[in-house]
Amino acid sequence: MDAQAWTYAWVFSTFALYIGIAIWSRAASTDDFYVAGHHVHPTINGMATAADWMSAASFLSMAGLIAFLGYGGSVYLMGWTGGYVLLALLLAPFLREFGKFTVPDFVGDRYYSDVARVVAVIAALFVSFTYIAGQMKGVGVAFSGFLGIPFEWGIVIGMVIVLFYAVLGGMKGITYTQVAQYCVLIFAYTVPAVFISLIITGNPIPQLGFIANVAGEDVSMLDKLNQVLTDLGFLEYTSSRMSMIDIFAITGALMFGTAGLPHVIIRFFTVPSAKAARLSAGWALVFIAILYTTAPAVGAFARLNFIAEVDGATYVAGADYAAEAAAIEAAGGRPIPQWFKSWEATGLLGFEDQNGDGRIQIRGPEAPDGLKDEVVPLNRDIFVLANPEIAQLPGWVIGLVVAGGLAAALSTAAGLLMVISSAVSHDLGRRTFFTDMTDTTELLIARFAAAGAVLAAGLLGIYSAQLGFVAQVVAFAFGLAAASLFPVIFLGIFWKRMNKEGAIAAMLTGLVTTFGYIYYFKFAGGTPDQWLWGVSPEGIGFVFMGLSLAIGIAVALVTKAPPQEVQDLVEDIRIPGTRRPHGLAEGGMAPLPSH
Amino acid sequence: MPKPTPDPRGYWAATLRLTVGLLLVWFLASYGAGILFRDWLDQFAIGGAPLGFWFAQQGAIYVFVALIFIYCWAMARIERKYGIEA
Repeated sequence: MDAQAWTYAWVFSTFALYIGIAIWSRAASTDDFYVAGHHVHPTINGMATAADWMSAASFLSMAGLIAFLGYGGSVYLMGWTGGYVLLALLLAPFLREFGKFTVPDFVGDRYYSDVARVVAVIAALFVSFTYIAGQMKGVGVAFSGFLGIPFEWGIVIGMVIVLFYAVLGGMKGITYTQVAQYCVLIFAYTVPAVFISLIITGNPIPQLGFIANVAGEDVSMLDKLNQVLTDLGFLEYTSSRMSMIDIFAITGALMFGTAGLPHVIIRFFTVPSAKAARLSAGWALVFIAILYTTAPAVGAFARLNFIAEVDGATYVAGADYAAEAAAIEAAGGRPIPQWFKSWEATGLLGFEDQNGDGRIQIRGPEAPDGLKDEVVPLNRDIFVLANPEIAQLPGWVIGLVVAGGLAAALSTAAGLLMVISSAVSHDLGRRTFFTDMTDTTELLIARFAAAGAVLAAGLLGIYSAQLGFVAQVVAFAFGLAAASLFPVIFLGIFWKRMNKEGAIAAMLTGLVTTFGYIYYFKFAGGTPDQWLWGVSPEGIGFVFMGLSLAIGIAVALVTKAPPQEVQDLVEDIRIPGTRRPHGLAEGGMAPLPSH
Repeated sequence: MPKPTPDPRGYWAATLRLTVGLLLVWFLASYGAGILFRDWLDQFAIGGAPLGFWFAQQGAIYVFVALIFIYCWAMARIERKYGIEA
């Protein structure tokens, strides 16, 4: 079987598995639909959270991004894992003890205000739609790049699959599909990583290979990479052009943004108790760390290997690779590897012979010999996608990587869909406008909302690809989650005096300032020399989170303290097992009991 | 052992102390070792990697995982000590 047949086999069988799980885990009530009945085991939830969290970007793009950013790539590694410590210590157990379905549920009840609830809904919807467009686009790319199916049809196939298990099973169906998707994606990520680590360093564990010597040489892998890069006119791998303050701010925005992302937070509503929520956050991070500690190793290995195989090699122009390559070798030259040719066809990789010598030169901006870089274009995703071929692994591994990328994209898309559909059916429907809605009606509306959200996400995926703005708006998701949602949830738990006025002021401050700053620099022509304190749009959420906290506290102090019932509610959620209903503070919906 | 009388105030104070302590470690392992003191730490090495760089790309993540499990374990102790039924 060739690589494409294997790809079809993997994609088809994993999709069949997801559908099978969906049929097995249908939702019967809103409790099932929104929070999987609060019955999910902490370890299982940890695994589902890891799949929910690791998106197409984590799987396909992160290692390549780190390969090019070197030390600067650390912002993603620390930022996207450190947020789980904040979740476990500051948010998850308390929100679980609060005992409802969504993030706007908490904001609306804790701040006894439908205005606060609706502002939280707007923030949650904005963050989730931004994020989901990228996932759908990832699905389309995977289908069009590997299976020869047009981009739009790839998105449609992805939509049908997600529609099936999200509408049928809600959170319950999504949880168990995500567990399967985690297994697929982590296997697909680590197998090629182990092999490439063996090839470069002789150590099968990528995390150890990362700090080991190059196989058969007395120089460490990182020293060698630094040497190779500076020789070609690149910056050292262990250095970065980013300023320390910017690295600090971006790491902060990603960490606090992670903790404030609604689709991550709602996963902790599915476990039985506050204690289980803590443990579950720990397991989630274990499962995430397996990929996140492998990624920097993959990035460094792939960069080193790519340069070693491609730089100075003679280009094979004709269709008959084998014959031409043999002729080049016979003449004492080194032909480019075959995978270079096969990936050229996808447009992710190309060769422009600037100096007309028929050989490929890779050069950085300060190349000592003054030559130009000839690998143009070079899409960074290639470092994950082409890994199996670079390591000369069999066809089934190549197909597996595609299935893994799809698993990563679909699992994240499903989690986001839950936030979008519950924001419509639950937060706006039952909690704000139609408070006398029955459970059956709400469940029906939730299913319709999920279906509508899938359609909207698919259209956004197709449309945004034409606009090419997905990468630009990811900064929005984290920045807005950090600056608008994190402060009000955090203060809502840890500061009893925080009130309605303060919360609304804090959320609006975070939303308006962060949105304005990112919009100005990404779309309205702002230049880096105008950055506030040298902080890029990616990191500004961290700065404005500070502002949002300060304004929220200041406004709360000059306005009335929250009602006694609300303060009692805060006391309850701090102490596990003491949660009781509190009249006004519940907004007409009783909390669900712990199990 | 007799079950202690529930003491929510003591429980919350202990929880806050633990949280602040662990967040301090969280800060030092990531923003500290990986960013602020990175250059100084780079004079040491772990295997073939400069220590500050290693913390930024590997070490901080291991510390994060450890912190959450330490938190779970310490919270269970605090719950027992102050008679809180989790």
